[in-house]
Amino acid sequence: MLKLETRPQPSVLWTWVAPILAVVITMLAGGTLFAALGKDPVDAIATIFWQPLFGEFAHYYRPQLLIKGAPLVLIAIGLGLGFRAGIWNIGAEGQYIMGALSGAGVALALYPMDSVLVFPLMVLAGALGGWTWAMIPAVLKVRFGTNEILVSLMLVYVAEQLLAAMALGPMKNPEGRGFPGSRNLRNYDSAHNAELIAGSGMHWGVVAAFVAVILAYVLLTRHRLGYHIRLTGQAPRAARFAGVRTARLVVICLGSAGALAGLAGMFEVAGPAGQVTIDFNVGYGFTAIIVAFLGRLHPVGILAAGVLMALTYIGGEIAQSNLGLPAAAIQVFQGMLLFFLLAVDVLTHYRIRITRREAA
Amino acid sequence: MTPPLLSIDRLSKAYPGVVANDAVSLEVRDGEVHALLGENGAGKSTLVKMIYGLVKPDGGRMRLRGAPYAPEDPNAARKAGVAMVFQHFSLFEAMSVAENVALGMAAPPRLRDLSARIREVSRTYRLPLDPQRIIGDLSAGERQRVEIIRCLLQEPRLLIMDEPTSVLTPQEVEILFQTLRQLTAEGVAILYISHKLEEIRSLCDRATILRRGRNVATCVPRETSAREMGEMMVGASFAAPQHVAHAPGNVALTVSGLSMRAPSAFGTSLKDITFSVRRGEILGLGGVAGSGQDELLSALAGETPTAAGAIRLNGAAIGRLGPNARRRLGLLTAPEQRLGHAAAPEMSLTENAFMTGAQREGLVSHGFARWGAARDFAQAIITRFDVRTPGPDVAARALSGGNLQKFVIGREVLQRPEVLVVNQPTWGVDAAAAASIRQALLDLAAAGAAILCISQDLDELMEISDRFGALNAGRLSPIRPAKGLSVEEIGLMMGGAHDLEPAHA
Amino acid sequence: MDLGTIDPALLLASLIVAATPILLAALGELVVERAGVLNLGVEGMMITGAICGFAVAVNSGSPLVGFAAAAAGGAMLALLFALLTQFALANQVASGLALTLFGLGLSALLGQGYVGIKPPSTPRLDIPILGDIPFLGRVLFSHDPVVYLGLALTGLIWWMLRHSHAGMVLRAVGENHHAAHALGYKVVRIRVLAILFGGACAGLGGAYLSLVRVPQWTEGMTSGAGWIALALVVFASWKAGRVLLGAWLFGGVTVLQLNLQAVGIAIPVEYLSMSPYLVTILVLVTMSADKSRAPASLGRTFHASQ
Repeated sequence: MLKLETRPQPSVLWTWVAPILAVVITMLAGGTLFAALGKDPVDAIATIFWQPLFGEFAHYYRPQLLIKGAPLVLIAIGLGLGFRAGIWNIGAEGQYIMGALSGAGVALALYPMDSVLVFPLMVLAGALGGWTWAMIPAVLKVRFGTNEILVSLMLVYVAEQLLAAMALGPMKNPEGRGFPGSRNLRNYDSAHNAELIAGSGMHWGVVAAFVAVILAYVLLTRHRLGYHIRLTGQAPRAARFAGVRTARLVVICLGSAGALAGLAGMFEVAGPAGQVTIDFNVGYGFTAIIVAFLGRLHPVGILAAGVLMALTYIGGEIAQSNLGLPAAAIQVFQGMLLFFLLAVDVLTHYRIRITRREAA
Repeated sequence: MTPPLLSIDRLSKAYPGVVANDAVSLEVRDGEVHALLGENGAGKSTLVKMIYGLVKPDGGRMRLRGAPYAPEDPNAARKAGVAMVFQHFSLFEAMSVAENVALGMAAPPRLRDLSARIREVSRTYRLPLDPQRIIGDLSAGERQRVEIIRCLLQEPRLLIMDEPTSVLTPQEVEILFQTLRQLTAEGVAILYISHKLEEIRSLCDRATILRRGRNVATCVPRETSAREMGEMMVGASFAAPQHVAHAPGNVALTVSGLSMRAPSAFGTSLKDITFSVRRGEILGLGGVAGSGQDELLSALAGETPTAAGAIRLNGAAIGRLGPNARRRLGLLTAPEQRLGHAAAPEMSLTENAFMTGAQREGLVSHGFARWGAARDFAQAIITRFDVRTPGPDVAARALSGGNLQKFVIGREVLQRPEVLVVNQPTWGVDAAAAASIRQALLDLAAAGAAILCISQDLDELMEISDRFGALNAGRLSPIRPAKGLSVEEIGLMMGGAHDLEPAHA
Repeated sequence: MDLGTIDPALLLASLIVAATPILLAALGELVVERAGVLNLGVEGMMITGAICGFAVAVNSGSPLVGFAAAAAGGAMLALLFALLTQFALANQVASGLALTLFGLGLSALLGQGYVGIKPPSTPRLDIPILGDIPFLGRVLFSHDPVVYLGLALTGLIWWMLRHSHAGMVLRAVGENHHAAHALGYKVVRIRVLAILFGGACAGLGGAYLSLVRVPQWTEGMTSGAGWIALALVVFASWKAGRVLLGAWLFGGVTVLQLNLQAVGIAIPVEYLSMSPYLVTILVLVTMSADKSRAPASLGRTFHASQ
């Protein structure tokens, strides 16, 4: 029979082998799933993981990797900080929407003003929008002890309704012939989050994501605040003993996660998406939770996991058009990844020992 | 000749990296109190857990009245007539006494009938207890009564008691012993775990002594001196801490009229606590578990803010300052709970050294941690306090209790505190480590620091304190010189027999 | 706009119907949390139940079989959670989130081809005599069997937790798993059973949405009902009777805002649709001060190593 033995300390090796193993198992299980759907599993897996990188049209898909990866990484970096401290913001999707609405709101209000100040203002507004939305669960938690998981999540639904209201109401394009959705910001140069190098997929959001990774890395490994974040997550009582002000930490963690998610939303609406529409959000805020865990809540890991998850999005779309693989199958695939990671993770903290059942 | 009630033959149990029991044998006879004596980590708990069906032995066999005995789980053990009073972890705070008793029975009767039986047993054995009360509101002594009554209701033949006196005042201990003698007179056998030698000499008929998982000796406690038993238990004699007499200096820490609401649902509120500690002296505070020790440390450490003037350090009001501001001023603390409070289990010793040493050891510059310096500090603690570990990169969790405690105390002592507050400095620590920790506290006092030592170990307090006081339900007794205090007086300061007296009379 | 067109008896009756999905899910979660486990995957189990129930009901033609399948589907997903948290000792918060994300994807996959279909209708079960009481009869005793099941389950769980031995053991495990283990109770087994029960209840709740309340299948149709159920457990201070009260409150808010939408009040639909979520937050804020009722071991991992 199998027995779990606590390791004296977490295995460093398994910390990093576990996610890789989880990816491999997910590929196997995913392949089985695709086979059950009547697709050739090898073909499907290759389409998802190979085509976007090295396939015939890779030159088209590779930039997509940055475009899809940037919001995931931006959001996951923020979530990761909170998760490390045991602060569970799962409402990033809502903060992402609010960032987009605030950013787009500034642009639409200033339209058609031509100024270099428009874009920086939008960036500021985007961060502020996400931050404000995240401050609601933060303040309620600090002030009333309200569960931040539930509040931040409820606010996703509120934000989605607000998005719909805006797309159909105040932000609707006056020249849109009655179609829902705002003006397209891609046609508004001062507000457009354009590619920095044409055809590379590199836009300001990608830059922001890289900067966030570096800052978070320095924060967590070198700065006292990062130490306090880790300490609070691992041993809350010890953190209070060490002088950590928990309330302040809640505000910082939720605030930075909200601001980063808001930025991601703003860069998206001003660039790849272009306009505020009812279905503007595609679940990056939730997928980023998977990215954060898959990256071990470590900034560099999150970067890698973000790229991997972006790959499944792009590969999934290719598989959808080439093989007729349903979009939902990719969603299941992503969900499985988190499952297997959590399951394999047991090996990081425990050793498995096989024992004979002793004769009674 | 009838076979002994319980005979254990070469029982063994190994955990990864440690052999908890190595071919342990012993016999318990009807109607005797059999002591199981040993240091922390000697394997006493593992042995009784095997007898109670909680842990399966790797080898060896047990017999109950001559018949093979291998309980599958505690239920089977209870059915066979074996009951156990735990030291920790077996009561449910939010549930009533009656429910707690029912949960420990194989086939509990209806709660109403059970309550009646609880009242009956509690009268018979003079253990007053109201079945309707919630456990969280009970004192440590009362909780133990719940455990004992739970066992008695099943009319056990063998009662295992794990360190039962550690939560009692001396007066309560006396009453417990009366109850146990009443039980043995009825033919019940008692397996009594302890490391307190005098107690074993006054109560037990025979003793089995464990050391590092092996039984090293069997003796009749009444005919053996405490010193002899101590040496058998520890394996060697070592120097008792040296108390050098010196005149105390100025008052360093003053606490006046400190009151604080309990921070958690079943915590203890502090009520009007007043005392002061001088440089160079050790003030010992006793009291049974749950008398407000944790809360007092929390208030002094700055985890819970109090009225500004309630706590003064060298005359300055510091009641509203946080932990780090207090550290900067020289007030350092070491809480009882090693893992999770004094240290973060998963973090390395370097990171744990940084935890409280950041200020005074200059381990931070411009908000950034100086990990190299922190590592040196951790290494210094390890070297100075003889912490047995491969190095400062090891996680705190990987250290034994004694070594981690040496690290935690050493971390504060090395920061040259003006005032040091410790809670249970040697709890669950082996004798050698305990002696070295006590010596460190005495040396620190001799060097001019003021020390407040909160402990539930009266022997320890008598050994090192200059003055003594006791906490009792969140209040502090008057402080008296430690020299010349009798056990009787100390017990009364701790609250005597609490509410047992009326039933006693 | 004319508020007079709203019939109070009908409003109350539809309130009870609207409350049923979250009532079922919250009752299940209540049992899970009382056992000391926090399963944040209610939303995922609900929506899995919604599609399992829908698909099976459509294919078999029997709503009853559909509901049974929904309970099984919810329990299957809960089993994954149990494997992760009780055997692989994974973090419960992360596992619950994983369950929700996985459930949303899985249901979308399973639900392909069921969009736009009408399910067989669940028959109403008018209770004789009681159903004829004016007003009350229409409010309380003229519903489908699942509504009665929800009410019966409330009573049953209340009684179990308060008066039965099994309920006492369940509470003990949630209160202090080390103590329960030391007394010989099988902590993991009890928790796994509770988790499965919670999954079955969530599945039923989800199926009630797709088979009765809406009734059709759309992706993501639970739209937060599972999370509201989780909030309800906090609101109810882990007590069955108050779960019912809370469910009716939310049912009331939902029905009221739908009625307001229907009568064409001059507020955009989107703002009305926010109201259940905002009410949830409001309720959480007012109820959060008292956490003392939470099971003491809630969310903690149990490993019987020592």
